[in-house]
Amino acid sequence: MKIPFLRDGPERTPRMINASILRGSFERRGLLIGAVQGGVGVLLALRLGYLAIAENEKYRLESESNRVNLTLVPPRRGWILDRNGAPLASNRADFRVDLIPERLVNADATIDRLGQLLSLEPARIADIKDKVSTARGFQPVEVASGLGYEQFAALSVRLPDLPGVVPQRGFSRFYPTASSVGHLIGYVGPASAEEYEKDPNPLLITPGYKIGKDGLEKQFEKNLRGVPGARRVEVTAGGRIVRDLETREDVQGQPVRLTIDGPLQDYAARRIGLESGSVVVMDCRSGDLLCMASMPSFDPNSFSDGIGGVEYAMLRDDERVPLRNKVLKGLYPPGSTVKPMVSMAFMQAGIDPNETVFCGGGLQVGNRRFGCWNRRGHGSVDMAKGIYQSCDVYFYSMAQRIGMDPIAAMARRCGMGQEFPLPVTSQFFGTVPDPAWKMKKWGREWQAFDTVNATIGQGYMLSSPLQLAVMASRLATGRHVMPRLTLDTKPKGFDNIDFPLEQVEYVRKAMSDVVNGPGTAGRARLPIDGTLMAGKTGTAQVVSLSISNGKSGPWKYRDHGLFIFFAPYDNPRYAGAVVIEHGGGSGSAYPIARDVMTFLFDPAKGLEALAALEAGWGGTAQQRLEARYAAYAAERGASVSRPPRREEEIFDRVEAEARRAATQPEAIADEVIAPRPEANPSGTPPGAAAPPPTTAPAAPAPAPPAAEISE
Amino acid sequence: MNTIAARGIVPEPIARQPWEMLIPLLLITGFGGLVLYSAGGGSMQPFAMSHFIRFLVFSVMAAIIASMPRDAVRVLTYPAYLAVLVMLLGVEIVGQVGGGSQRWLEAGPIRIQPSEIMKPAVVLAMARFYETLPAGMIGSWRSVVPSGMLIVLPISLVLLQPDLGTSVAIAFGGVVVMFLAGLPLWWFLLAGGTGIAAMPLIYFFALRPYQQARVTTFLDPENDPLGAGYHIAQSKIAIGSGGIFGKGFNNGTQSHLNYLPEPHTDFVFATMAEEWGLVGGLFVLTMYALILRWGWKVANESQDRFCALLAAGATATIFFYIAINLLMVMGMAPAKGIPLPWMSHGGSSMMTNMICIGLLMMVNRWNRMAPRRGLTV
Repeated sequence: MKIPFLRDGPERTPRMINASILRGSFERRGLLIGAVQGGVGVLLALRLGYLAIAENEKYRLESESNRVNLTLVPPRRGWILDRNGAPLASNRADFRVDLIPERLVNADATIDRLGQLLSLEPARIADIKDKVSTARGFQPVEVASGLGYEQFAALSVRLPDLPGVVPQRGFSRFYPTASSVGHLIGYVGPASAEEYEKDPNPLLITPGYKIGKDGLEKQFEKNLRGVPGARRVEVTAGGRIVRDLETREDVQGQPVRLTIDGPLQDYAARRIGLESGSVVVMDCRSGDLLCMASMPSFDPNSFSDGIGGVEYAMLRDDERVPLRNKVLKGLYPPGSTVKPMVSMAFMQAGIDPNETVFCGGGLQVGNRRFGCWNRRGHGSVDMAKGIYQSCDVYFYSMAQRIGMDPIAAMARRCGMGQEFPLPVTSQFFGTVPDPAWKMKKWGREWQAFDTVNATIGQGYMLSSPLQLAVMASRLATGRHVMPRLTLDTKPKGFDNIDFPLEQVEYVRKAMSDVVNGPGTAGRARLPIDGTLMAGKTGTAQVVSLSISNGKSGPWKYRDHGLFIFFAPYDNPRYAGAVVIEHGGGSGSAYPIARDVMTFLFDPAKGLEALAALEAGWGGTAQQRLEARYAAYAAERGASVSRPPRREEEIFDRVEAEARRAATQPEAIADEVIAPRPEANPSGTPPGAAAPPPTTAPAAPAPAPPAAEISE
Repeated sequence: MNTIAARGIVPEPIARQPWEMLIPLLLITGFGGLVLYSAGGGSMQPFAMSHFIRFLVFSVMAAIIASMPRDAVRVLTYPAYLAVLVMLLGVEIVGQVGGGSQRWLEAGPIRIQPSEIMKPAVVLAMARFYETLPAGMIGSWRSVVPSGMLIVLPISLVLLQPDLGTSVAIAFGGVVVMFLAGLPLWWFLLAGGTGIAAMPLIYFFALRPYQQARVTTFLDPENDPLGAGYHIAQSKIAIGSGGIFGKGFNNGTQSHLNYLPEPHTDFVFATMAEEWGLVGGLFVLTMYALILRWGWKVANESQDRFCALLAAGATATIFFYIAINLLMVMGMAPAKGIPLPWMSHGGSSMMTNMICIGLLMMVNRWNRMAPRRGLTV
């Protein structure tokens, strides 16, 4: 190996090279190449040893994770049962299809193909495309559930051409009474990105797994969830399953047993009919909430695959706010329904119930005159007549005597302004105004008219239907009844006696006379012999008299109709409240209460009444909802705006709007309320329905409210 | 080597065969067949059977080559080279006419890949060239330009196909012959230095995107675990998960569940190592070492320059296959598309390697017939 350097190249005479020199060079160079080859061999052997010994552990794991695919089997969700064990939310075995966005090759083409195979509506396809484009890669997007076997099979054979599509057999949530339980139970849906970040459990991104999104489904998520099963399978690189290695069954979530009476809940929801409102019924011997119906509502079955654009637009455009749970988040001026409670405050303050006040149609307080709803006056009024005739003057004058503070304390004692220990996602607790509150909130002195307004449940006073129902059961029993929603919580408050028996009996009798005597709600009488219902009507004004007379005109300016009740009056078993938003007066509320109570005591009679009504309304609540959806989709389907990406946003918005809606009465809180005529047993024709303040109809013959459509 | 023959138990024609190479060759081919049996899903079809048949066919061919007389080979070397060159040109023309790239010629049921035959052909032609070149001219331009042409012509044609791996293999065999022929060492150093300097230029201007991808993947395999790096990553998983004794025959999951790409061709070693472990890998390396050592022995025992260069060139060609393939499957070289001799399923590489073995046996026979002379041209 001679290296001739460049410098001695040209001048030097070429060195003689002969065959033996070349032979020697060959042998030396051969040796070099052989050594290099040997070196490569040793390098390969070392590398092999390194991979096979030092990194064996790592690569064995990787090989196992290649080979074995662990699929989580979503656990069957626990059922939500009513008090008798009938399911309000159950599971249905079905075939379903999900998409895993990160595995999609051509998302749009795949979705179109799926739409064709499964014959999906164009709106649905648009929703899926939208969701896929905004979903994080790992979040499964539901395409369809409840597929027939043929569709499922047709899809399964085409799987090799549809990467990212996951068809499977599973269970989906089923709500037999659909929209009747929408607000109460809530609904389930796939976990959002935030939820997955908070709880990075692989179960949450398993296709087909749903978590509670609202209502009790969300509240009892932990109990209902269960333990996922697992399936270990050997798969090829292409994803074909070679064989099952091991399967562990899932453990179904625990059931939640509610105090709700399923059929009653459904009945009440349907009975609300075309109105917007809520019905709460309690068992006043245990505090069990038997019914918390809020209508109109949404169908939780159709929400479980996400809230569709058309669906959301329809629910959102509806001024009757189907997304708001009115039992817990509807706040209304309670109107005259507070009068029995105020009476209780009078008696506690030492006022003799037999003491009379003369009602001449109004009362001068300071320099202002406060009218009674009956402008002609009730004449001599004692406490009982004050309740059953709802005489405002009686309450004005007695309240002037004892002042606001004892009344506010009594309101709180009866449940107004209170939050109850219930497993609900949120409840509004309203307002019980008193001088200190007004000073703090508004920075103004309490005025005489504030007391006047408060005694007839107007002004700043706000309460939820649930609070009204609790008030009804506390008044009916005299005990501090606490509502409960699940059967495993202990009834509370029964050892806590609020009122002496004779006072309770006095109020019971007066409230019974509202319905069964010479009172304001004669048509609320139960069509059942020997069972008498007691109650109290209320009509709450929402806007100034200058805007609307409360009975006609734009829906949102009409008066709220309220009714609290219990039955049987002398030995109360059930108590409750009905609130109809903008129903035009109490006449829209108490027929519903009557039918609901009828159903409780005699289901056949109740259903008979409902069937007649529903024939006129165009079907059950669920049927009407579906028909509306179809009409809406046909009319506006193409032009709807996208729903918010996060469902949390939807419900945050609903809650914010509910809070804003609850402040509506504040606008007139400082006005003198001219009480509206209460509904009365013997009605006059609707033509006289809008009495100008000065020409009120005669006491026994006030107008039936315009919205009274049931009879 | 002839201890058996010395005892006289075995007939001389059998005993005089180069068993020190043949036994490792038979073992490695048989072992390769076993691995292909597993890669075929535990069946002789479709890989193992054709592997054995090809080996038999090409063994006959190797035997024919081995029995060729020295003078005939000398005469036929250049015509053979020219014939292969024409065939390469033919591939190019057929490819142009047919549209799209093509690497083989079809003659009835037989597919011939001329670029494969070119590897031993170049070695032969180079050996012949340096045999005829007077010793005094080594170091002058005449010692490198004609032989350079012998390499550059086929390489250009193969690069047009385009087939970078085979081009490099052809160049490797030719350059090894040049090196051993005694060309000045500094030429190689200069060429090597230039080559390294030119690498970025080659990378950016000469390589196709898929070839660039192979290089970048090799440099940074984690960058693209599901794309080009997937092959090498899965190969390393297969080898590493085999451990010392492997997962057992027919129990390889990487190969059987299709995680390993091409478990029967380029990545046959990974398939083997997964099932047979380190032990199997060392066995394979040992067998190759024995075969190559015999090749060098033949070269060293050669009586003349032609034989020596031919034997060394053939050995280098076999080595190139083995080294690049194993470096690749163990993640130390870019994925190349070069199969493993006698183990991978594939006719072309089997043919090339068996031609090299035939040439080596031929030289070995000549060596035995005429003991090494001191001075010859």
